[in-house]
Parts: sequence; structure tokens; C-alpha cells
Amino acid sequence: MANATTTPRRLPGSLDTNRSLATWLSINRDGTVDMRPGKIEIGQGILSALTQIVAEELDVNLERIRVVTADTAQSPNEGTTSGSRSIEESGMAFRYAAAEARELLLARAGAKLGVSLEQLSVSDGTITSRGGGSVTYWDITDESLLQREATAETAPKSHTLHKIVGGSAPRADIPRKVTGVPSYVQDMDLPGLLHGRVSRPPSAGAQLLNVDLDEVRAMPGVVAVLRDGSYLGVVAEREEQAIRAQRRLARSAKWRTVAQLPEFDPRYLLKLPAKTEVISEKKDANTTASGATLEAEYSRHFLAHAALAPSCAVAVCNGGKFTVWSHSQGIYLLRDEMAPALGVALEDVVIHHMESAGCYGHNGADDVALDAALLARAAPGRPVRVQWMRDEEFMWEPVSSAMVVKTRATLGKDGNIASWHFDVWSHGHSSRPGRGPGSNLMSSWYLEKPMQRAQTGNPPLPGGGSHRNAIPIYDYPNQRVTNHLIANPPIRTSSLRGLGSQTNVFAIESFMDELALAANVDPIEFRLRHLKDARARAVIEKVAAMAGWKANQKGDGVRGRGIGFARYKNAAAYVAIIAEVELAEDVRVPKLWCAFDVGQAIHTDGVINQMEGGIIQAVSFTLKEAVKYDREHITQKSWDDYPILSFTEVPEVEVALINRPELPPVGAGEGTQGPVSAAIGNALFNAANVRLRDIPFTRDRLIAAIA
Amino acid sequence: MGISITINGRPHAVTASDETPLLYVLRNDAGCKGVRYGCGAGQCGTCMVIIDGKPVQSCDVPVSAVAGKSITTIEGIGSADHPHPLQRAFVEEQAAQCGYCATGIIMSAKALLDANPNANDADIRGALSKNLCRCGTHQRILRAVKRAAIEMRK
Repeated sequence: MANATTTPRRLPGSLDTNRSLATWLSINRDGTVDMRPGKIEIGQGILSALTQIVAEELDVNLERIRVVTADTAQSPNEGTTSGSRSIEESGMAFRYAAAEARELLLARAGAKLGVSLEQLSVSDGTITSRGGGSVTYWDITDESLLQREATAETAPKSHTLHKIVGGSAPRADIPRKVTGVPSYVQDMDLPGLLHGRVSRPPSAGAQLLNVDLDEVRAMPGVVAVLRDGSYLGVVAEREEQAIRAQRRLARSAKWRTVAQLPEFDPRYLLKLPAKTEVISEKKDANTTASGATLEAEYSRHFLAHAALAPSCAVAVCNGGKFTVWSHSQGIYLLRDEMAPALGVALEDVVIHHMESAGCYGHNGADDVALDAALLARAAPGRPVRVQWMRDEEFMWEPVSSAMVVKTRATLGKDGNIASWHFDVWSHGHSSRPGRGPGSNLMSSWYLEKPMQRAQTGNPPLPGGGSHRNAIPIYDYPNQRVTNHLIANPPIRTSSLRGLGSQTNVFAIESFMDELALAANVDPIEFRLRHLKDARARAVIEKVAAMAGWKANQKGDGVRGRGIGFARYKNAAAYVAIIAEVELAEDVRVPKLWCAFDVGQAIHTDGVINQMEGGIIQAVSFTLKEAVKYDREHITQKSWDDYPILSFTEVPEVEVALINRPELPPVGAGEGTQGPVSAAIGNALFNAANVRLRDIPFTRDRLIAAIA
Repeated sequence: MGISITINGRPHAVTASDETPLLYVLRNDAGCKGVRYGCGAGQCGTCMVIIDGKPVQSCDVPVSAVAGKSITTIEGIGSADHPHPLQRAFVEEQAAQCGYCATGIIMSAKALLDANPNANDADIRGALSKNLCRCGTHQRILRAVKRAAIEMRK
């Protein structure tokens, strides 16, 4: 008994850290329900899925539910919207909170109607007693209803009763977005709005020597020019005036540059000191590795998020207090880091989330929020909108680390894999704000009183960062997986969709095909021989059927097919992909098939949309994308320098969901990247015996491999 | 000074200086926020408008170059309550993830379908080749444009 009060029982999802029911939901007397997710919309459709969960558990129509966008003044703190964790964290919190709210309402109704709970049923918020008589949620609700701690003791509905969850209600935001209704932080227009721009150094870490601020102050429309150490910015009445002033500042400023960037080849990572850690080891003395031994090396360049909208924020500074509108994926963590950078208390910074374009990870969203606040302080009392320019986004957003993987495996007598070695070299994949000590807000490093730059690291296993999906899902009797983490990335790195999983799965799945060839076994059959997991086998078998896969069928020298498979984080979505490639001047991918399993699908069209998008984006990553730099600068400034897949190149994608409503739902956004890259690489080999082990598969690399 | 343009059928006296990109006049003076900044160099299509029946990237055109012209933006072709067939088709196909590219793509598609109501898949892809989508929603967008084309031919 003495122990009972010391540790509160763990509650589902984010309910555990935000226990007041009133934080999550309000049942209103006007017939509406407010829901307050701490997770945010980034184009993944999460709000539609969460709305379906609440409507389902409360037994109300979707139209009654209003989503209150996250802000640091009133929303539950759910950390970041990342890692495909929103359904597991926010979804489960809402599921249990809404179930409990419904039960509280039923208790009140029972008392009012003088009947037991078993006699009551609910339809769209109207509670009816079997013996006649009814009341509505809206009649019996009041402020006190949800002013209590969640217990999570009310069981949510069985999946067999679901009417809304699993459906595909049209997204509420699309009609607005396709008709041009202001929808994004970029579209904010407040009375007296000013426009700010930052004049960045020529390269990272450069020091400002001198600049003529007076000539810029005299330019038309300029309201304020800010120099704080090596940080230079301008505020103007009109947007184009701010841009002109920014350009003038850039021409006038003299800098001392210090940047030392590595050679343009991910293998520079192999030459640097690393923190080495064996993350998985298995030994079985009974197996003998008597067959062929293969070795291979795979790599991927730095990769950019390259959001279509350059990062943007609006801020206003009144009496030393800041209100900020931001598309950050983690507004609380951003606040925790912005306040010290601005030298104010946490409660003096309030951040409201607003949407932007899809970000696919940690881009300039957080950085530009500090820019807006710094420039707002230079023009107090008036809101300042800052949108990065396109070249600024390409040169200054954090990017995904370059990676190298070395593999070695030996077959046993039975032709199966007897031993497996897998080594990963990479910088850290996370430098989001709030993971200090130190600051991850870029502009804070350039101020007169600079903030200490925080270390870049990895989320811990089992999810992992550079080592995400480095441990194979296949059953090998002997294996050793080693992570080599290289500190102090010379190019700023952070999280991008899937983190290390794209490269790790690309390497595992390419190597599986190379080993299947050595064992003289069809690649799908070879995978199934090493897989016990029934859900894994099901997606592979399904995608093979969809594509009409014929065992041991070789390509014709021009066209070919290949497979790639993974379970994201070895714990979330199962994704199997078959790609068809066509060799022309470039590698072309006309068609892909995908079978996937996310447990219970909450919003079916939403998860399909995520899969389709993830697949097409991954084709772009694989065929085209690498961050360009020389020994001093990031050199990419425009879409010409960083081309992505265009409408004339996009493949046809056919997706099949294996729905498992009886199983817990998991996220869908990040499972496709690795399987797609591997499927394309394997298809190339199938087509023409060309094995590309370095992403992206550019024309030059294709020509070199064929020659 | 003294430039005047027509935006969605309404005359607009330009107060910005001559070299100002049309984009900022549309967004910040005329309130057409559906015309979006993406690159400032005519490479991504988020700022697409229609001038004289042709798709034009408004970030890359000084306002003085369109003096006296009539400009149509996404706000001029339909609304959430009265959508254009293209806008309706985007909703029906749920052809958006983040949606930031959608308005520019709809304008490119409108210019195409107005000129060539029988546009085929290759025509549509070609007309959208200046529009980028980073979320990978291309397949749904192509379906939506084809659905709208059928509707517009009726």
C-alpha cells in the first residue's frame, strides 16, 4: 500500500503527461465539441484522423467537432509532431479521453432520467433511455464536467462497433486550400504588419567585419535595421522593400569566413573519429558459415527537406513580451529555446501554431521564428512577418546527414544467411530545439552574446536516429550491427522523414538481393526464408501478387523489377514495395506497387495518401537528390541546383492497405523511403545487371556503372 | 507611377514601385493570398496566375510589365461555396497533402483546359511541368485535372 501513491499509473499516449480531461476536450452547450491536440497539421492529414477518433468515441457527428490549433498558452504539451508518432500519442490520448467524457455524460444523463447506464444509448450526442426519455450532451454539460484527472479506466469501443474510424471523411481543410482562402502562416495579415528579412553570412560560422547600416536605413520603407553581433536584419513597410534592403545589406557587408566543408563524397565520414557502439549482437555456435561471403558498401549524400514554402513566422513584441505564430513541429520546445535566446522568461513568449507547406522534418521553421522575434523587437508594437527567401532555405535549413554503410555476410550450407555484419557511419539525425544543453536556433549563434551551439545527436534506440532500422528484421543466427556516430557535423544536420532508415533499409534490402543472387534463390523467396513475422510475410506476398511477380524472372536489359521491404523502426508500419524501372539516358521509374500494414487504419484515405506521397518523394530522393556544396559553402540556391521529381517524371503508384482493425494503429508517414530506394536499386540490377550502391542514382553514376 | 491593372475583373491602381514583382502586389495589396511565394525565380509554380489566357509565374514579372493587363488569380475562378470544376475535382479526389502547391497547379491546369479541353495525360503533365509538388500528391492531382476536364467539356 505504501507504494501505491508514489508512481501514478501510466496512461495511454500523451494522456500520461497531460492528465486533465479539460485540456483535451470541451463539450459545449451550443452543440459543439472542441478538441485541442498538441500535435499539428503538416499536410499529413492528422487532424482528420484525430477528429474521427473523437467523433467515434463520443458518438457525435464529425460536423460538431472543432479543432483548436495548438498553442503554448492552452494546448497539451505533446512534444514534437514527428516520427510518425501522432496516432500513437495524440490519437490514443483522445480515444481514452473521449471514452471517459462519454461515460461522464452518461452518468449525468442516467441520474437525470432516473435510469441505469445499461439502459442508455447515444446518437449524435442525444442520450436516449430504452424506456423512453432523452437528454442531449449539450443540455447536461457544464464547465465542471471535464475538470478532473483522466483515469483511462473507461474502455474505448471495440473495433467491431466502429462506424467512423476506418472511414475516410473528406478533409475539412482542402476546400479552403484549393480556393486560396488564407490558410498558412505565410498568409497572416495583421493591422500594421511589417516585413522582415535577414542578411545571412556567405557561409556558416562567418564573422561580420563591417557593414554600412546608414545607407540601408535611408532606403524607401525601411523601418529598422538590426545588427546584433554578426546577425544582420531589416524591417520594412513592404515586403519588396525588405527584400531590396536585404540585398543591399548583403552587398555592403564584409565577412571573415571560416567554413571548412568536407569533400563532396559521403566517404569522408569514414576518415573522422567516431563514437562506435555495437547495437545488436547474436551468436549461434551451431551454425556454420560455409558458403560464399559477400561484402558491399552503400552511401547516400546529404539530403534536403526542400519544402515548397520557404520557412516563415510572424512575431510581435509588446513591452518585452513576445507573441509568435510559427509552423514549428514542437512549439513548446521552441518556446523553451527562444526565451533564453531573447533573454526573457518562458512565460513572456507565447507561440501559436499555424500551418505551412509540408516540411518532412526539422527545416527552417524554428529558426525563422527566432528571426521574426528578433526583428519584432527592433520594431516594437508592430507585427513583423519574416519569410526566408528560396536561396536562404536551400543554404541554411538543417539537412539529413550523409551516410555510409558497410556490409558483410556469409551463407550457410542451406543457402541461407549464416552471419551478418552491418556498420553505419553518420552524423546525428536530430538537432531540434529543446534537446540542449545549448541552443539549436541558428540565429542565436551569431548574436553579440551568442548562445552555445547544442550538440547534434540521435534519438535513442529502439527508434534510433542514424541507426534507425539498422538492426535487420530478418532472422539470422549470427549478426553484429555497429553504429559509428560522428560528432560536430560540418554541415548542419537534423531529422528528415525516416532519419537513418532510408539508407539503412536501402543497404539491407540491396544486400539481401545480392545474397539471394549468390544463393541462386528468387529475391522474394529468399526474404521469406528469413522472416517469421506473419505480418511481414503478408505484405510481401501481397505486393508480389499485385505486381504479378514471377520467381527468377530476369529483366530484358532495359526494363526490370525489384523489391524492397521494411517494418519502420522495426515496430511500426510494414511496407513492401515493388518498383519497375526503365533504363534510358536516366533511370526512369514508371510504376510502383505497395502493400502496407499500419495495424488499425484510422483514416483510410489519409494513410493511403501518406503512402502514395511517401513513395513518390522517395523516388525523387533516390533518383535525383543530393545537397550541393564546395569546400566553403552550400552552393545550392534554387530548384535548378536541387531538382526534384516533376510531373513529367512521376510514376504510377498502386497501393494496397492490409487493414488490421483489431490491432493498435501506428503512424504511416515514414515507412516507404528505404523500401522504395532498395526496390529501385534491385530493379536496376534485375533489368541490366547494374548494381548502384550510392544514392542518388544519377545519370553519371549509371553511365559509370554500365561502363 | 500611375500603373493600373485589372485583378479578377476589378481595376487596381498600383502603388508599389514599377520593378516590384507582381506577386507582392497581388498578395499584399490586393489580398490574393492564394498566390504564393515559393522561389521568386519562376521555377516552382506556386505563384501562377493567368494573363491573356496564359499561365504566368507572378514572382518573376515586374508589375510594370503587366500595366493595363487583366490578371486572374485563384480567387477569381471560384470559392469554397462556388468552386470552379477544377477546385471541385481537387476536393473530390482529395488531391492535397499540405496543399501549398494546389492553387498554382489549378491555375496552370485552367489555362491548359481553357485552351485545349481535350488535353490528354501527356498534355496535362506537360502543362504542369513548371509546377512542383513536394508531398508527392501528383497522381491524385492528375486524376483531379482529368476529372475536371470531363466536367468542363459537358
